[in-house]
Amino acid sequence: MSVVSIFFTALFYISLVIFLVGMTRKIYQYWITPAPLKIPTAPTPLTQTGVVMRLAREVVLFESLFKSNKWTWLFGWLFHVGLLLVLIRHARYFWPGDLPEIFLLVQPFKYAAFAMVIGLIGLMGRRIAVERIRYISAPSDYLMLLLLLVIGVSGVVMTFTSNHTDVIMVKGFASGLLSFDWANLPTEVHFLVHIFLAFSLLAIFPISKLLHVPGIFFSPTRNQVDNARKKRHISPWALKQEQEQEVRLNETLGKDE
Amino acid sequence: MAKDFEVPKLPTYLEIPEINEGVMAGDGPFKSVEEFQKPLGFPGEKVENWQEVAINKMGDLKSKYRSVQVFLDACVKCGACTDKCHYFLGSSDPKNMPVARQDLFRSVYRRHFTFAGKYFPKLVGAKELDDAMLDDWYNYFHQCSQCRRCSVFCPYGIDTAEISMAAREVLDAVGVGQKYCNQILGKAITVGNNLGLPEPALRDTLLDLEEEIEEETGIAVKYPLDQKGAEILLITPSADFFAEPHIDGLIGYGKVFHQDGVSWTMSSYASEGANFGMFIGSYDIMRKAALRIRKAALDLEVSRVMVGECGHAWRVAYSFWNTLTGVGAGASASDEFSAKLQKQLDSRYPQPQHIIEYTHDLIQRGRLEFDKSANDDRTVTFHDSCNVARATNMGGIPNGQFILPREVIKAVCNNYVDMERSTIMESTFCCGGGGGLLTDDLMEIRIKGAMPRMQALKEVEKTDAVNTLVAICAICKSQFSKVLPKFDFDPYMIVSAHQLVSEAIIMDKPQTDDSPSEEVEEASVETETAE
Repeated sequence: MSVVSIFFTALFYISLVIFLVGMTRKIYQYWITPAPLKIPTAPTPLTQTGVVMRLAREVVLFESLFKSNKWTWLFGWLFHVGLLLVLIRHARYFWPGDLPEIFLLVQPFKYAAFAMVIGLIGLMGRRIAVERIRYISAPSDYLMLLLLLVIGVSGVVMTFTSNHTDVIMVKGFASGLLSFDWANLPTEVHFLVHIFLAFSLLAIFPISKLLHVPGIFFSPTRNQVDNARKKRHISPWALKQEQEQEVRLNETLGKDE
Repeated sequence: MAKDFEVPKLPTYLEIPEINEGVMAGDGPFKSVEEFQKPLGFPGEKVENWQEVAINKMGDLKSKYRSVQVFLDACVKCGACTDKCHYFLGSSDPKNMPVARQDLFRSVYRRHFTFAGKYFPKLVGAKELDDAMLDDWYNYFHQCSQCRRCSVFCPYGIDTAEISMAAREVLDAVGVGQKYCNQILGKAITVGNNLGLPEPALRDTLLDLEEEIEEETGIAVKYPLDQKGAEILLITPSADFFAEPHIDGLIGYGKVFHQDGVSWTMSSYASEGANFGMFIGSYDIMRKAALRIRKAALDLEVSRVMVGECGHAWRVAYSFWNTLTGVGAGASASDEFSAKLQKQLDSRYPQPQHIIEYTHDLIQRGRLEFDKSANDDRTVTFHDSCNVARATNMGGIPNGQFILPREVIKAVCNNYVDMERSTIMESTFCCGGGGGLLTDDLMEIRIKGAMPRMQALKEVEKTDAVNTLVAICAICKSQFSKVLPKFDFDPYMIVSAHQLVSEAIIMDKPQTDDSPSEEVEEASVETETAE
């Protein structure tokens, strides 16, 4: 194997481990941190089914963002949907051996790359042009968009221009990563930039604002059922405190006449 | 007021202002002193090692509140919230944009608790907690009324109220408290109400009120206090006892109770609905205040607990009481603490219940009659109070908190119009005085923050000749009385929902009293002999 291939193979595993360990730790942290009070925001669902529907609308349609700002919603939604479709299509590279026919359906998803890139350009444009958003942006906010944009554009260049890369070789490399049957990878610069940044993105995920992905599912204002009057909701630390203070309760409250 | 400022002009359409850095910079509201800090268990002045204390407190809070932990991580700086805060729209100070306000806290979180912030602070906007930052916290976290409008519009539901509560908790922990809230809390948890009104004064006030109503209407509407065995315990904001226009709402509650013939009482031990513990983010102090209500309910052996017109009271009551003190239903069998109270409470009614839910139910069942023409001089609009609108429900139906008050109002008056849709219901603009900001030393931000609501009101004044603004929150009523004249409105146009009820309700004449109202009279005799 070439040095470049060894480097990228190692980068993949390191990034993947950082991603998996980091995300597991973060999700575990969110999981064990209690939400001591009922704080769902209106319009609130009164049932658990309602909560599932609400989260589904948030995740699939970006409901709140749609209410909030149509441009940000449009660009944000285009980007995320584009990214999702493109990622699904990328399964072809990791699939060992011949592709099942179902992949024919996925083939047109390559055009979603344009949606993704347009979305990202729109978001970047807003971040630069809208004074309010510029004010709240740190360098990392621009870099994150840039990172995704370069990944997207390099992918588009390889797919839609004459700068094709050897996809058979890509498939050998990528599927080899999963089956530990390591192989050389093509060394065209577009491709190397593409996967270098994509692997880096995996590693950055758990230490950046990309935590909004698990975050939305743990957001108490979105995932709580509005049933505070019907069912007592109490966190472990509050319950412990309540039991410890029970004896002192009468003292704290003063005497009854 | 420390400096002169211009009252914002009311534009025809609400515009998003260009940002003006530092417009609202300053020292913030008056700081608390030892006298008010100590009773709450906070240091009397800024502690020596305040940075260490603050960072530890932040760590503690984010491990106790999932909201804080998730909200600090999840923000992507999309900017969706930047034009949603009434304080930003009214002041144009960028630190009043919800995300920028959170970032005061988040940048310190990143610096001390995240990998990127520890090693690449500049890259991710991580900042040290220095004196300037703490001053900014104190100033700008007291320019947030915790109204949660930003949370409605955030794609992840990030609620600046949670961050601002956490920040105020840290500030209290290092001894930099706000005078207004902490002084009031001291009274609330020792005397039982925010005004520090002792039992004899309260009793006198209520007797005066009874006399006044009897003189005016010829009907003996009673305001029972500490009446053991009454069915309903009413918990109302103490402003209802004396402030204008609040007291006219209290008159309305009394008339409705009288007409229904139900036995009810207030408690001198727990004579406050508004729970300022929420404003400073303290679970413990909020619980302490709420526990007085639990105790009153147990001691007075009531079977229902009801809450008067008060936004923050209703949020704490509806969303938190069951958690804090077991006033509610659905305690598990092993939960002795809650079960004791919940066995006593009547499970046929929601516990606690809002006075609007109660009146609404009576109207639905045809128990009340109204002469709507009594309010014909009014064209009415309803201001959804932020905490009622975004943090509670009424009637157990989806969006009941918007529907029920409107139905009550429409049942008692003929002319009703809503303000612009994007300024009401879940998108309602805060009055500008909530969340511990209802103090004269914050008048500038209160007036500027009222601008978006005033703009929507001006619109319906022009198009529909609206001359009455109804709110069901003591803070809204006080705030509007103060700020309405600044925007060329009549300060007396703000009224309670139950003031309209009071004006339209047709009371049974004493001689035609049927048995339920006799019971009330007997009950009131009891109260008097008990004195």
